Amino acid sequence: MKSIIKAVVLFVLIASTAYIAFNYAPIEKSMGVIQKIFYIHIACAFSAFVAFGTCFYANVRYVFTRQPKADWLGVAAAEVGLTFILVVLISGPIWAHPVWGIWWTWDARLTLTFVLGLLYVSYLLLRSMIEEPDKRALFSALFGIFAFLDVPLVYFSIRWWRTQHPQPVILGGAGSGLEPRMRVAYLLMWGALTGLLILLLNARYKLEALRASVEELRREAEVQ
Amino acid sequence: MALFSNTAVLLGKELRTEFRSRELLTTTVVFILVVVVLFSFTFDPTSSESRRFGPGLLWLSFLFAASLMLQPCFLREQNNDTLSALRLSVSDPFAIFLAKLIANTVFLLLTEVLMLPIFAVLYNVHILPVLPQLVLVFLLGSLGVAIPGTAFSAISAQARMRELMLPLLLLPLLTPVLIASTEGTAGLLDPNPELRWAWLGFLAGFDVVFLTALWLFGEYLLEE
Amino acid sequence: MTAPAFSPTGISFKNIDKRYGGLYALRRVSLEIAPGECVVFAGRNGSGKTTLLRIAARLVGASAGEVKYQNAKGEDSTGAPIGFVAHATMVYDELTAEENLLLFAKLQGIAEPAARAEALLSEVGLLERRSSPVRTFSRGMRQRVAIARALLNQPSVLLFDEPATGLDPQGITWLAESIRQMRDAGRTILMSLHGESEISALATRAVRLDAGVVVADTKTGASLRSILTFAGA
Repeated sequence: MKSIIKAVVLFVLIASTAYIAFNYAPIEKSMGVIQKIFYIHIACAFSAFVAFGTCFYANVRYVFTRQPKADWLGVAAAEVGLTFILVVLISGPIWAHPVWGIWWTWDARLTLTFVLGLLYVSYLLLRSMIEEPDKRALFSALFGIFAFLDVPLVYFSIRWWRTQHPQPVILGGAGSGLEPRMRVAYLLMWGALTGLLILLLNARYKLEALRASVEELRREAEVQ
Repeated sequence: MALFSNTAVLLGKELRTEFRSRELLTTTVVFILVVVVLFSFTFDPTSSESRRFGPGLLWLSFLFAASLMLQPCFLREQNNDTLSALRLSVSDPFAIFLAKLIANTVFLLLTEVLMLPIFAVLYNVHILPVLPQLVLVFLLGSLGVAIPGTAFSAISAQARMRELMLPLLLLPLLTPVLIASTEGTAGLLDPNPELRWAWLGFLAGFDVVFLTALWLFGEYLLEE
Repeated sequence: MTAPAFSPTGISFKNIDKRYGGLYALRRVSLEIAPGECVVFAGRNGSGKTTLLRIAARLVGASAGEVKYQNAKGEDSTGAPIGFVAHATMVYDELTAEENLLLFAKLQGIAEPAARAEALLSEVGLLERRSSPVRTFSRGMRQRVAIARALLNQPSVLLFDEPATGLDPQGITWLAESIRQMRDAGRTILMSLHGESEISALATRAVRLDAGVVVADTKTGASLRSILTFAGA
């Protein structure tokens, strides 16, 4: 019951934020209506990175404490984070095409998000390839830690490369000179999507806990 | 110090084993050769095009070859459970990783250097004047490949479909190495060759980060 | 054989649990092994014998409880050298017998590794085949290399995990004789076996495990025979 209430509240929040984004915030001068996808795109990117940080925290906790809870949080964060990344990677081109006439460009932030998505996918694939729960948790956590350390390195290498081989930037000047009404819309969307992140994380975490106990029961049954 | 003497002994074993059979080296060299030749079909090998695409394709083929070559690293320690014997004998488990990553770097470097003349001929680039500097770039880049590669060899040895898992885990993570090494190589193959120190420094930084991570978490990678 | 250069060591297992996911491989196992005891562990496949030995060797960490090594006076003896012989030989097939022993001797920091390797090869009767790669050896010969490897550091404790698997009768006789010598020299021996044999006859104590739990111990009155024969194939 409680979770349904939370979901409804969140739905209302997101719906009203979307309304505000479309009607309250002004239309951007040069890019037109399509710029409004910006609100979702940036907020999702932020949530994806929060999820990634959560995954790292869970991974480190697991390696040092070996509590299954940490493993559940890790996989929840990875799956939810991947979902947000997919939204970012889809909304980027949708924005880019009317503005620049191209679907994709190796813009630094977009590329970073893409590589991050690949790392998440590898993490989840690795998990599906190890059957024994303790091993699965440990080795995916170790991979997750290495992947996290890689992300800033990916970012810097792409940025430096970009300064030498400039390309159109998908989101020019994000956050630079945001009109007050735009700022309100943006902050609301950010709040709404962060709430969504927490709700999804919680749900996925509980699902994983349930799945783990089912697996345990099944293994016990097999032995007898 | 026990760590260094253990590393030296194990390194001797790794090198001796490989130079006796030369299986890894020969298959890796042939693989890179095939990839480099196939790539060269995809564009017209005039000087300017070669210079643009050559370095990137060269490093791409090194990465693919490495992700295959690094497979047996820990997999062959599963035969006869020699990994347990090593764990019982060495005082610091990091020696096992250190020896293997140095050996892997040596093997990679050897195959890369062997490939250079062929690459120079096929792609019409001048390597002789910048040979020592090229070797420096190759060394730092190969370390960047071998350090996470050795760690992930230990991880993928625990998973099913390990032949595919290792490239899947390793290649996205090596994006910074690909970029930095390509830039470093491209700078040296330019008509006015220059050693791009920033990129070399970046590669060295990458190597240090992952070597430290391996040092911190290596013992967990060896758990059964 | 030269006079043993080791100090007799006992092992104590205190409330050892080992969980894999939700399954217990070992459950509240507590055992005191006195220095010099020769203990045989019997039990069905999956009863936890291998897990217990690997925990004793510190290859596997226990989920709960601890393993401690003590010398004859009861003082802590954590660095006591251990020898482990499993079903897998734990030596490199591509290296020669001598190279294998040299490798492990050097890793363990043994003084004069070459001399020690040679002495052990002679002891296990493989001196003639010292320069042959291990992959050319028969199963019995490989076990001998494995035992030579385990003896390199003059272990106070020897752990054998089903060592007779795949050996022919002569091999078993040779193995039994080796273990007898180790036992008589005062080394503490733990071995996991299936059923009765020349090797089980060497035991001074037997313990039976079932589903990860100690169900019988000759120390508390069970008979050696019943423990060994009760253990099904």
